Amino acid sequence: MGRARLDRRPPQTSPAPGGFRKVLLLVERSTKEAVWDCRMCGQCILHSTGLSCPMRCPKSLRNGPCGGVLQDGSCEVVPEMRCVWVAAWEGSRKLPLWRHHMEHVERPTDWRLQETSSWENLLTRRDHHVPDGWVPAKERP
Amino acid sequence: MTEPRSELHRLLLSGEFVVTAELETTDSADPASVTTLAEALRGKVDAVNCTDNSSSHTHIAPMAAAHLLLDSGVEPVMQFACRDRNRLALQADLLGAAALGVRNVLLMTGDDVTAGDHPEAKPLFDIDSVHLLRIARIMRDEGRYLSGRPLTQPPSFLIGAVENPFAPPLEFRPMRLGKKVEAGAEFFQTQICFNLEKMRLFMARCGELGLLDHVWVLAGVFIPRSGRATRYLRDQVPGIDVPDWVIQRMDVGPPEAQQRTGIEIALELVDAVRQIPGISGVHLMTIHNEDAILTLVEEAGLLPRPSGVRQPVA
Repeated sequence: MGRARLDRRPPQTSPAPGGFRKVLLLVERSTKEAVWDCRMCGQCILHSTGLSCPMRCPKSLRNGPCGGVLQDGSCEVVPEMRCVWVAAWEGSRKLPLWRHHMEHVERPTDWRLQETSSWENLLTRRDHHVPDGWVPAKERP
Repeated sequence: MTEPRSELHRLLLSGEFVVTAELETTDSADPASVTTLAEALRGKVDAVNCTDNSSSHTHIAPMAAAHLLLDSGVEPVMQFACRDRNRLALQADLLGAAALGVRNVLLMTGDDVTAGDHPEAKPLFDIDSVHLLRIARIMRDEGRYLSGRPLTQPPSFLIGAVENPFAPPLEFRPMRLGKKVEAGAEFFQTQICFNLEKMRLFMARCGELGLLDHVWVLAGVFIPRSGRATRYLRDQVPGIDVPDWVIQRMDVGPPEAQQRTGIEIALELVDAVRQIPGISGVHLMTIHNEDAILTLVEEAGLLPRPSGVRQPVA
């Protein structure tokens, strides 16, 4: 904690974390880093990716594996690591409620949310932000 | 009836078995480095891919190569990788390419920088291939940028993607193709196919998922030049499944014999993939072996091309 970083989130989210929010961030970071090697992207989709954090992928892929996965299922960039998406596929088969999420198209990453609490962003719906163009024409106001 | 967006699109719509090839990468500021290659391929294939810093090695910009191909009367398929550009630059280049007359784009994630000659570089991967496919569709079909800001004149191009039926997780690969179709892909070029068994399983599963009614799939076929080059492909290029039988056959005899064996293997693969339901064409690849493409299309009975020889613009 205490790492100084530029907060580039939209204005309504800019106040520095204090009190409850600080605790939330601390608890989320310490538990999720320990259990899932979480990278604190602030827009968690772990349940949709078989509990394999997609931000551990060296290419930060959130929509499935790249074409470079080695024949033994290891990562092309870090061969000593198992491909995050091979693990995601296997993990997702064990989650009956969310397994079909593997077929969902995930929205582009909002890089402003890096290092912020995804729990806070979920509560404040900040992780629901999508660029206007991404919203299908028929759903646009 | 759908209005064709490109010559490649017209051929795919007409049910023609199409042939595309990859342009050899060049490292020259002389336009002739591209136009000479283009002239050799003109009329022999239907469209030519301009790669985007392939294998993470810097080469001539695909935008420039595509422009030179158009000048030479060859239809380009311009590749876009997400490694070197963020969403602003990718959209700017999609629009710019369309303005230059590029009518086929192929959108992919791209290799990691560690695979190339600048491993110290910062890899971008701001968005992934699925996002980029969707963004191209938003620009083309809704006339907007991802931000929602309107375009004055939307681009018109056929949107392509890649898939690798040969890399793990194999069961997920057809679904990933499905995600790309949902995002906006209209045709696919596959990774290099040597393993026909995997290709058949992949295509059968895509068929079961109902995906093949919506897209065209071009099988990637590599023409090996030597046993050594084939080993390089197996050991140094991630994601390619090179079975032992390929290496064993390629290792026999002197270099000239190996070159001939390579063409024969590719011919067998072209014949085999043509029989797989849902395969609409082949995408030919070589490494420093351009003449082999001409020999292959000739001997595989793929000539003359229906697109014929077009006249250069310049």
